[in-house]
Amino acid sequence: MTMLDTRQVQTPLPPGPDVVSRATPDRPRRRRRWTPGAAWEFFGSVVAAGSIVLVAFQFASSRPWDGMVACWFLGFAVVYGVLTRLLHGVRIAKDRLATVGIIMGAAVALFPLVEIIVSVVVQGAPVVFSHFPAFLIHDMSTAAPSDPVWKGGMGHAIVGTFEQVGLATLYTVPISLLTAIFLSETSNAFSRLVRTIVDCMMGTPSIIAGIFVYLFWVEPKGSAGFSGFAASIALAILMLPIMIRTAEEVLRVVPGSLREAALALGSPRWRVSLRVVLPTARSGLLTAVILGVALAVGETAPVLFTAHGSPRYNFNPFSGPQADLPLQVFQTILSPNANQVRDGWGGAFILVSIVLALFVAARLVGSSRPGSRRRWLRRQTPKEVVPS
Amino acid sequence: MTVMTAPAGSRRPAEDVAIPLKPSRTRADTVFLGTLLVASCIVLLAIVAILYFLAESSVPALRYAGLHLITSEHWAQTGTHQQFGLLGVLVGGVMIAAIALIVGVPVSLSTALLINEYAPRRAKRWMTSGVDLLAVLPSLLYGLWGLKVLGQQIYGFTRWLSVHASFIPLFRERDATYGNSIFICGIVVGIMIIPIVTSVSREVMAQAPRDACEAALALGGTKWGMVTDVILPFSRNGILGAVLLGLGRALGETIAVLLILSQTNVIHLNILGPGGGQIPALIANNFESVNALAKSALTVSGLLLFVTILAINFTARRVVGRPRMALQ
Repeated sequence: MTMLDTRQVQTPLPPGPDVVSRATPDRPRRRRRWTPGAAWEFFGSVVAAGSIVLVAFQFASSRPWDGMVACWFLGFAVVYGVLTRLLHGVRIAKDRLATVGIIMGAAVALFPLVEIIVSVVVQGAPVVFSHFPAFLIHDMSTAAPSDPVWKGGMGHAIVGTFEQVGLATLYTVPISLLTAIFLSETSNAFSRLVRTIVDCMMGTPSIIAGIFVYLFWVEPKGSAGFSGFAASIALAILMLPIMIRTAEEVLRVVPGSLREAALALGSPRWRVSLRVVLPTARSGLLTAVILGVALAVGETAPVLFTAHGSPRYNFNPFSGPQADLPLQVFQTILSPNANQVRDGWGGAFILVSIVLALFVAARLVGSSRPGSRRRWLRRQTPKEVVPS
Repeated sequence: MTVMTAPAGSRRPAEDVAIPLKPSRTRADTVFLGTLLVASCIVLLAIVAILYFLAESSVPALRYAGLHLITSEHWAQTGTHQQFGLLGVLVGGVMIAAIALIVGVPVSLSTALLINEYAPRRAKRWMTSGVDLLAVLPSLLYGLWGLKVLGQQIYGFTRWLSVHASFIPLFRERDATYGNSIFICGIVVGIMIIPIVTSVSREVMAQAPRDACEAALALGGTKWGMVTDVILPFSRNGILGAVLLGLGRALGETIAVLLILSQTNVIHLNILGPGGGQIPALIANNFESVNALAKSALTVSGLLLFVTILAINFTARRVVGRPRMALQ
């Protein structure tokens, strides 16, 4: 609703033609966001607090800008609170201050998001685009730390990430779909147990998955144990609960009437699940898979002791250490050498691009409703069933 | 949680009324159900295997160090006289998580309220996307941000704190070096838990009875009055569960802490200066380079962490029920 509105009760529109605005019965007049009095109070407090702070800091020994901004905000809160308290009473004053606080809180949440993406793009994009295809194709096997950017690249890491995440997706998708069907279609003691376990596993620390796979797979095999395959197991352990949970939520939204209709027409239960429920939830399931992949692409800790990282191309995920994009970034960014840090930023930029692309793809898929133009996502209705 | 009627217009679809009908089961159905069962067993198998392997390989360290593991803060993983005291990293992890909650929870709650109650529809969509994107961003990038950007931006504030608030022992930084500290880690981890706390508490707040909210407004209450008198009391349990889930995430965060913190393994109470430790970062830093006994000690810490987080998640689930936690 509006930010500074004391009239919390919606007054009905007066009858009769409204000459000023283009209000119609279908589209009622928009309520004014700022009543003039409220706007004066708000901006007046901003200006007053700002001038107080400016004057006060004239007497201070130093003028740090961040301290001044913080004092400005605090001063604004005090001035605004006192002003509204005097004009409208305690209740309204509290309401307005709370509104300001809530908006500031949300701004604090979204500010890092913007800053993270902007800083990675600013630092990383020039590295990638200055030697455009080279940085995506070369590996680090021949690049000494002092070499210019075109000598090295992230090609090996990109290949490694794609293979590991691809393998993990390969195991995770069928298992999580089947488990989700099981959880959404049955309700007994066992499914309750599975549900509890899945929920508890959702927050598994990624490092735990890493050391588990190390103890279970890498260590018994000795020095040959590091491989992309081991990393894919660790990633799958992290993806599995998330995808199961999401797929279950999606399947649960499928109306029960569809299931009942199919059962009433004589379909066996497997056919109802596979041919009615799954296709209906198609776009939601696809969203879940894409976002699960996006989460897995960025995981660093589980691949630390499993894929181990490597400076050169290794196309075979089943033998030998393999590089991984986040891991490569992690290993280069802490280096004291400026060139390696630069390569790390370039890798971070590639990582952010992949994650953002997957996120946007998930949004596009998820926003397609029945009736939208993305026909291939919709459940295909058999022609003969549609009444003319 | 309290039982209540589903409010009209709630985003959660009404539960389908179960009709006591038993469809006849064909042989194909039996095979299908069997497949589903096998697939679901894989998750159980995974958790049992994780617990088993961690427990098995932590036996040597438990035999060697016993209770010293959690009562001592001396960690010496090399040399003839090895010592494995986890107390320092345990305290460090709790401090990081505490700062993360102090930073993250108010921000998440106000974001949830803003999205649910205050924002106009279009802004609501954008903000939901933003929070989801925060959840998808790799933790590596949070770590990079904390290391290279936030550390410099917050420098003035930390110095101000250590100069003017040094009567509090936590802020007593003698060497005047700020950065790579528990404080910055806490803030970054606090930002990282925002998505989960926000989405869970949004779910819970949306279930507050709409008619009571509207009644509060209709009686002339302000919006803030509606929030404090209807929404927050109603969703108190759910918010507690959301905070617990956030705590679980904060305790288990690895790579951001590993990037930012300059680790020490003793109890490090000064949160503004470099130093301090945390279990996941300790494991990630040392696991590959140490001998079998130290590896076993690190596994003990991993097991401890895993069991704690499972317990926290389980409690949260009991408190909050099953909120929608889908990736959206």
